[in-house]
This record gives sequence, structure tokens and C-alpha cells, in this order.
Amino acid sequence: MSSLTRADVSHLAGLARIELSDAELDQMVGELGVIIESVAKVQQAPIGEVAPMSHPLPLTNVTRPDVVRPSLTPAQALSGAPASDQQRFSVPRILDEE
Amino acid sequence: MTDLPTDLTRATAAVLAEALASKTISSVELTQAHLDRIEAVDGAVHAYLHVDHEGALAAARGIDDRRSSREALGVLAGVPIAVKDVMATRGLPTTCGSKMLEGWIPPYDATVVTKLREAGLPILGKTNMDEFAMGSSTEHSAYGPSHNPWDLERIPGGSGGGSSSVLASFQSPLATGTDTGGSIRQPAAVTATVGTKPTYGGVSRYGLVALASSLDQAGPCGRTVLDTALLHAVMGGHDPMDSTSIDAPVPAVVEAARRADVKGLRIGVVKELGGEGYQAGVRSRFEESVQLLVDLGAEVVEVSCPNFEYALAAYYLILPSEASSNLAKFDAMRYGMRVLPEGVDAPSAEQVMSATRDAGFGPEVKRRIILGTYALSSGYYDAYYGSAQKVRTLIAQDFDAAFGQVDVLVSPTAPTTAFKLGDKLDDPMAMYLNDIATIPANLAGVPGMSLPSGLAEEDGLPVGFQILAPAMQDDRLYAVGAALEGALTDRWGGPILDGIPDLPSAGAAGSSNAKGA
Repeated sequence: MSSLTRADVSHLAGLARIELSDAELDQMVGELGVIIESVAKVQQAPIGEVAPMSHPLPLTNVTRPDVVRPSLTPAQALSGAPASDQQRFSVPRILDEE
Repeated sequence: MTDLPTDLTRATAAVLAEALASKTISSVELTQAHLDRIEAVDGAVHAYLHVDHEGALAAARGIDDRRSSREALGVLAGVPIAVKDVMATRGLPTTCGSKMLEGWIPPYDATVVTKLREAGLPILGKTNMDEFAMGSSTEHSAYGPSHNPWDLERIPGGSGGGSSSVLASFQSPLATGTDTGGSIRQPAAVTATVGTKPTYGGVSRYGLVALASSLDQAGPCGRTVLDTALLHAVMGGHDPMDSTSIDAPVPAVVEAARRADVKGLRIGVVKELGGEGYQAGVRSRFEESVQLLVDLGAEVVEVSCPNFEYALAAYYLILPSEASSNLAKFDAMRYGMRVLPEGVDAPSAEQVMSATRDAGFGPEVKRRIILGTYALSSGYYDAYYGSAQKVRTLIAQDFDAAFGQVDVLVSPTAPTTAFKLGDKLDDPMAMYLNDIATIPANLAGVPGMSLPSGLAEEDGLPVGFQILAPAMQDDRLYAVGAALEGALTDRWGGPILDGIPDLPSAGAAGSSNAKGA
């Protein structure tokens, strides 16, 4: 098992879309190292031929009849938006410049 | 009718329901008594994040009017309740204890909240919690911790420490909770209150801000086993809006609580949940309760669940993995906080999202999201998340084997009594260990309850007794819990909360005036 480096944590934070400060990164490296060392204990369990379990119940797809029913109005749907315009969510640019 | 105390906030929900039904008291009177209590003590306890004076009183007036016109009402109609801030409440702030959702007012109700409103329970307010339910102390709330009414310097448990401290400080007779790894049961244990995590799928998750979808389960919190059962019956049942909701009637929990019988029942003491690492007073109160169950006619044996020792490790891989996915929705676009990065002209959506998630999430949430991102990343997936899922199977098999031998399992709810605020804040692993006895139930989806088993002799603080039952046999928790509660209450000479110290009451300059922001 490899321990996490500062660069690893920085990369993971990027994947998780969290802009960490240098101080946060420093603290996180040590804390995550301790946690990962501890949770690696799962690898010592007798899991050889065991099937993985993702959920406590057997999951089945649930559908309903395809009929219109009451739903949020546009004003309600937009009521928590940081910014909106003409019944739409208003967002920052989504493309890079190059 | 059972005795109605002069101070209505001291009564059980069951007694209050009778008094309301017989029109001895009105819901407005009862709701106002609780609002007054909140005003007096919540400055010191900080159990509520938001108090809805007008809404609660309006709902109470509505119930009183309907009762006057002889309308048939639910058993708990008119009894006020506090709602954990993880549940969407139309028109009331829902923050999940996070800055990310500060000021968010949902345009819809969670199904559980709809059921409470339909059953006529006035909602007093929203209770404090660790941010997005990640924690065992409420210290990870972005709005500051709640305080344990037994000792204000100590934690009320978490994540549902707002709901547990509301009950223990008589600021509501009932509260809702959610339990992903113990967030209903551990707060109940450290405050001498009762809380149940129902069978996974027994209570709708629609409208709850998801932490780990395969583990999350909403449930009832009360001061007695019967009160908790009455609320369980209101909250539970099938919901077409939740694809994991069980399409079956709610187990007969109220009947079981009234029956309060363990004669001939086979009870297994889980060998792996006790002993080393458990505080002496926790162990002695537990053993005493087990002996009481024997005296009441139960057959008690020791049962081994050998893979429980891997449960904590599996949980802290599965939960962060699911949480990192669930919390991806906080992207600064549709609701919640939006923060622009400093010193960037025309920032991209990705830059805005990253800056917002840095500003909006607290340290524990960031830690778990990044841990989950790691556990799910290619190259590590099989070693971590994959192994954890296999351990989960082993734990479910341990439960199956155990329930082949016994009707219910029992253990202490938490390894220690309430610790001091701040004691474990800088040591995430020490904090995680609080959930060691509660986590297996979430991994397997089986129901569990915590009820008080007394005070530890070394510190005079409450100890919790946990009961676990097979899936869909939630009623067994209540039969055992009520029987034990009856025997213990006889021994104590009254309810355990009668012995809680008085709280400092706010005078003219009560700080609870700041509520409702």
C-alpha cells in the first residue's frame, strides 16, 4: 500500500473540484494517511471468494405511469439559484478559451 | 388518564396525545409552552438552527380547529416536533449544518415532513447537525456545536445532536433523525433518550439530503420507547418517490411497545461489541440491563459476529465513496452557495465550482469527499472500495447466522459516555470509533434502537443500550426496549431524565432572540 503524497492529495482535490489552500493540503496529507492506513484493514478480512454487496436490498427499477402530474413551477425551481435569467439557470462560462 | 405534569414540556408524547384528544389541553397551549422553553434554554443548548414560531402556532391552531369540529385526527395530532435540518421543509430553511446551503429554502417537503404535517404535528423548528451528517458530536456543524443538556461542556452526539439535545432539554417531546452509521442511536445514547434506525427502506428518503444512499435511513427520536414507536408509525411506510422504499406495511411497533414482553425471547449478546475499548461504566450498565432481561424471562446467549471487526474500516470506505458522488451536486449552479475565485477574470464554471466547494464545505466534508475520490479511483478501486463491499457481504452473513440462533442482538450503543467538546476534534479516527457498535446495522440494513440503560458510575453520564433485529422485524426492538425500559424505570424510581440537572434559563437578555435568522 502506498501512502499519499502532497501531490496525490492535490490531484484528488482537483478531481473532487475542491480548491484547497496550502495549509489545508498540508493538514489533509497527514490526516488522510492515518485514515487510509486504518481502513486498509478491509484487505485482511477473509474476502477471498466473497461476492461484493452494494446495497442492503435487491434493487429493482421503479417506474410510474407516463402521465403528467404536478411539479415545481419555473419560479420554484429557480428559487434557490445563485443567478437566473429568463427562466433559466445562469452559469459562468463552461468552455476554456483555447 | 395518565398524570399530566404542570409543566407540559415534561410530559411524554403519549400522555400529551391523550390530553389533546380529551381536550384537557389545546395544541396552541402545548406548542406555546415549547416555544417558551426554547426561548429560555436554547441560548445555552443551541439545539435549533431555526425556530418557526408562527408556522408552529398556525399548525397548532389548525389542529385545534379541526378537533373542535370533531374531525377524526391521527394519534399524535397537535403534539409538536423538531425536524433534523437534513430534511427538506417547504418554506423553512434547510441547511444540513453547512454554509453551502445557508439560507436555502426548499420549494418542496420531504415525504417524512409531508407525513408529519398530514398527521397534524406542528413543526417547532430545524435541529442542528454535523455538516451533511458527517460526525459524531455536532462539532462539524458550520453553525457551532450543540451542547449536551447533562453537561453543557460535553457533546450531545452526532450527527443528530440537535435532535437528541432538544429532547433531553425538553424543547420538544419528539424529533426526527437520520442514521447512516449511528447518527440517531449514538446521540440517543449520550443524552439518555431513545432513537430508532428502522430497517433500510422502512422510512422514505425522498427529500432528505443524501449522505450515503445505501446506508442512510430516517427514523424517530423520543424520550420513551412508546413515544418513539408512535412517531415511527407516522414516519414509516411505502413511498413511490423513493425507489428503495419497502412496499409493505410498517411493522406493528406501537403494539409491540405496549406489549413490552420478552418472555421466551432469545437474546444474543454480540461478543465483538463490548469488552476492550468500552468504558467500565458502559460495560457495567450494559451487563445490568442484560440481567434485567433475563429476570423478565428472556433467554440470553453470547453470539459471535467475527467480521464485525472489519465493519468500521469497510464503512469508512463505502460512506466516503458514496458521499463523494452524492455531494457532487453542490456545483454552485442550481442552488446553494456560489463563490467566485479571487483574482481570476471571467472564471470558468469549473473554477467557480472549485472555489465554492472550498468556501462552502467544512474540513470533515472535504476530508471524506477526497477520501471517497481516492477509494474510487482507478488502480485503488479493487483494493479499497471493492474489498469494503465484500466485507459488507460478510457482515450481512454474520447477521444472518446470528439471527438463525436468536431473535434479537444486544450491545452497548457507544463505547463511551459523552466526551468533552473539542476532545476528539483534531483526531478523525478517534471520532470515527464512536460509531463502532452502530455501523454494522447500517451496512446490513437491519433495524436498531438505542435506549438509556443508566448513568456510568465513574462520570454520572448516560449510557445507551442497543437492540438489533432482523430486517422488517422492527417491532421486536420495541417489545424488548419497552420491557427493559419498564424494569429500569422501576429500579430508578422514575424516568432517567428526571435526574438531569436544571439548565441555566435565559433572563431578559436571552441569546435565543437571535434564533430564526
